[in-house]
Amino acid sequence: MLNGTTAEIKERSALRINPAKTCQPIGAVYAALGVHGCMPHSHGSQGCCAFHRSHLTRHFKEPVIATTSSFTEGSSVFGGLANLHQALENIFTIYRPEIVAVHTTCLSEVIGDDVPTIVKRAREEGKLAADKIVIHANTPSFVGSHVTGFANMVAAFVKYLSEKSGTERDQINVIPGWVDPPDMRELKRIAAQLGANIVLFPDTSDVLDLPQTGIYEMYPKGGVTVEQLRTTGDSAATLALGHFASQPAAIALDDKCGVPFVGLELPIGVGATDEFVDALRRYANVTVPSSLAGERGRLLDVMGDMGQYLYGKRVAVSGDPDHVIALTRFLVELDMKPVYVITGSPGNHFERRVQEILREQVPDAKIKQSADLFELHQWMKQEPVDLLIANTYGKYVARAENVPFVRFGFPILDRMGHRVFPTVGYQGALRLIDKMIDALFDKRDRECPEELLELVQ
Amino acid sequence: MAIDEKASSVNDGEGSAAKSALDAILKAYPPKTRKKRAKQIVLNDPETIPVVSANARSTPGIITQRGCCYAGCKGVVLGPVHDVLHIVHGPVGCSYYTWGTRRNLGRSKEGDTNYIQYCMTTDMQEEQIIFGGEKKLRQAIREAYDIFKPKAISVYATCPVGLIGDDVHAVAREMKAELGINVFAFSCEGYKGVSQSAGHHIANNGVFKHIVGLDDVADEAEYTINVLGEYNIGGDAWEIDELLRKCGIHVTCTLSGDVTYDQIARAHTVQLNTVMCHRSINYMAEMMEKKYGIPWIKVNFIGAEQTAKSLRKIAQYFDDEKLIARVEQVIMQEMSALHPVRKIVADRCRGKKAALFVGGSRAHHYQALFADIGMETIAAGHEFAHRDDYEGRSVLPTIKVDADSRNIEELDVVPDPQRFAPRRTEAQLAKLAEGGFTFRDYAGMMAEMKKDTLIIDDISHHEIEKLVQLYRPDIICSGIKDKYVIEKMGIPCKQLHSYDYGGPYAAFTGAANFYREMDRMLHTKVWKFVVPPWIAQPQLQASYSSGAR
Repeated sequence: MLNGTTAEIKERSALRINPAKTCQPIGAVYAALGVHGCMPHSHGSQGCCAFHRSHLTRHFKEPVIATTSSFTEGSSVFGGLANLHQALENIFTIYRPEIVAVHTTCLSEVIGDDVPTIVKRAREEGKLAADKIVIHANTPSFVGSHVTGFANMVAAFVKYLSEKSGTERDQINVIPGWVDPPDMRELKRIAAQLGANIVLFPDTSDVLDLPQTGIYEMYPKGGVTVEQLRTTGDSAATLALGHFASQPAAIALDDKCGVPFVGLELPIGVGATDEFVDALRRYANVTVPSSLAGERGRLLDVMGDMGQYLYGKRVAVSGDPDHVIALTRFLVELDMKPVYVITGSPGNHFERRVQEILREQVPDAKIKQSADLFELHQWMKQEPVDLLIANTYGKYVARAENVPFVRFGFPILDRMGHRVFPTVGYQGALRLIDKMIDALFDKRDRECPEELLELVQ
Repeated sequence: MAIDEKASSVNDGEGSAAKSALDAILKAYPPKTRKKRAKQIVLNDPETIPVVSANARSTPGIITQRGCCYAGCKGVVLGPVHDVLHIVHGPVGCSYYTWGTRRNLGRSKEGDTNYIQYCMTTDMQEEQIIFGGEKKLRQAIREAYDIFKPKAISVYATCPVGLIGDDVHAVAREMKAELGINVFAFSCEGYKGVSQSAGHHIANNGVFKHIVGLDDVADEAEYTINVLGEYNIGGDAWEIDELLRKCGIHVTCTLSGDVTYDQIARAHTVQLNTVMCHRSINYMAEMMEKKYGIPWIKVNFIGAEQTAKSLRKIAQYFDDEKLIARVEQVIMQEMSALHPVRKIVADRCRGKKAALFVGGSRAHHYQALFADIGMETIAAGHEFAHRDDYEGRSVLPTIKVDADSRNIEELDVVPDPQRFAPRRTEAQLAKLAEGGFTFRDYAGMMAEMKKDTLIIDDISHHEIEKLVQLYRPDIICSGIKDKYVIEKMGIPCKQLHSYDYGGPYAAFTGAANFYREMDRMLHTKVWKFVVPPWIAQPQLQASYSSGAR
């Protein structure tokens, strides 16, 4: 497995090997699916849309809809105006969405297609009725990563839809970041327990975690509605979970409607969940109920019980920047040692923040943005770790090094837990501990000398 | 053919019922789109095969199954070559999405590097878009060579590369000279052609130009063939290899399932080319015949009956009594080993209805497996096929080359002055012809489908939904993007690109796997739970509700 990978590191300036990121548009598709009645539209070649739909489907095992401008060589030369006009007519006639969220691709970016102008022309020429909502985000694949694309599309919701009526509402905006549907569901459950009224956007629960009923609905009941999005300008505050995926929209909303925002980290682990709960408590003017305190207490109880098995374990972590920052915090809370911490996405905030988190506990940790799994693997060959936490692509490395492996983040293409169980909140933290313990113990129970096989732990 | 009676206003015969189903499918489209789709949805008649508009542009805004040229070139044809180092020149996504997602299994020699496990790209940034990406590509190739020391490197161009004008071929030539290994490039930008199909053609051209013919030393075996257009999804090629080995037929090169660079380099030394996926590889078969004189025949190792037929055809070509007898013996053994499971499954599945919408050959080939167990195909269509795949190669002269296909290079192939050698003598050919043997003989999908079955090319999401409402097939074969749409409607969907991570399904051994899988999918208990008891029988117990509380 991965026989070409050796411990010796040769300087690379041009070749990316085994990336820990993908391109912007897939993030725009995922964000758009979190709006009720929305059709994501890819302005580019068919392949982009096919790849993004396929990959999201492999992760969620759910229908993932999106349309494409189906560029040909001709449109690449003459521009994609005619393609987008025809696409909008077809989409609104056949699929009848409430809103279309257009994102660009490297192709339409390179030829310089200006989506707002094209949409404006469609309206002027009577091809697109005034009541048909079309929003857009620029998502060039050669800038940032899939996380940037997600952030750009969420910011587009705000730029196109958020309004300030002048009357403040008793509600808090929560931008959850690129998390899975059960995480979105968990954030809403926590808010409901507190009695805090929130608008969660995007919200892919009840869109990408649908029950089997024998009935297919193109636009399922979930997703933040356009109406709700309009009201976000009147909210008391915005909680932006994650610097990379959520803050751009929160800043846009502050700029546009003056809604103050609090930049939080993804609520993974004790401290970050406490901060989320506490921020909701303050802004919603509520008290934390005993049910939620109970969940927190049960988490601490398990941390106490199992702490000895996690203490000092060397961990390699790869994933999206917001996820990795929050997870690193949690690993530190568990007295573990995240020695290698990477993200494929660019962003100085990542390195700064992870350094800050690890300064005391793991001062010599290797931390890198714009890194890839090939380099992480080389580090692991130089000095091994006890545990690898990464998305599904980490499985090659885990197998090559025979290291316990916990799947976390996007995408997870070969397991099912992420589709139904959260990793955010106190409950999510319990699930992460459970997975780490299983991974560590399974290897030990399989490989330790017979006389050392422990029945009780 | 059964059509939901409620959905059909006309009920005076199957043909008109099917016609009204067709109208119902088209109704939702705006006029221009309806007109276009009407040419791609036809009722079959195996006697007078109607024209299907295929290999035509997908309409913008329609949810299509199709991907792009790059996907066809790198993803399908070249990706499976496991000892060539592949570098995708472009932004990160294109490379990332073809990393380990297609199940073209490849087994390296112990200790060798299997590049299927790797994903390499120039991860193009804005700077290269503005100032050009050739420098970065050159550097990436050097770095790849320094780290891995591969025997060959291939480069794939993605959309922006073509637009900014990077000359990937010039860079490849330069690096070939500098590094002393074979380096070659493919201009398979995503916007070329109308589907993956253009990428297959570009891949065929490149493999033919840069690899085939580099090694003239033939494998030592009595009967040598290539299996073209077989990608070893889930291990299919291994089943086919093993079966042919039992018969005494040696496969020099499979294009491109579990294949090495060296095997491709001597592919031109065989006595016969057999073609599995006609759509993706017919170009290679044609070019090898022109340049080297290797004839080709269409085969199908999907389905027991078709596998037997294909084996017999290969044996007939070699015209050796010993081989023919051995093939018959293998068929008898394999068929009798298969019989018990085939019978059990057929007894449980006979008469059930299937619809297949996938690929460029599979929607045809897999009908054979359903036929093996008595199931009926009521509708089928391809994702990226051409008219010849539907109507047969006899229509080739009548296909007009449109603007989208014209830009895909047709190599000018002439007989190789030294190496062209007809594999059969005139006398042998005459004898074969007398026995009804035909070369280059793909009759297409429609000739084998019943009258009034529905043919839908490049099926859309809306059409799948309507088809399910109108026909309620027992199973649909499709791909990952449709799978869960169909299953949400309560109908099992088998992915025929990835086999739902199962398989292999080729040859007799694979057929047994498929029969069992159909039995499982058609009879799994989960579908029976979809309607809960309180919906099935909503009445209340009177004693409780009557109480005054």
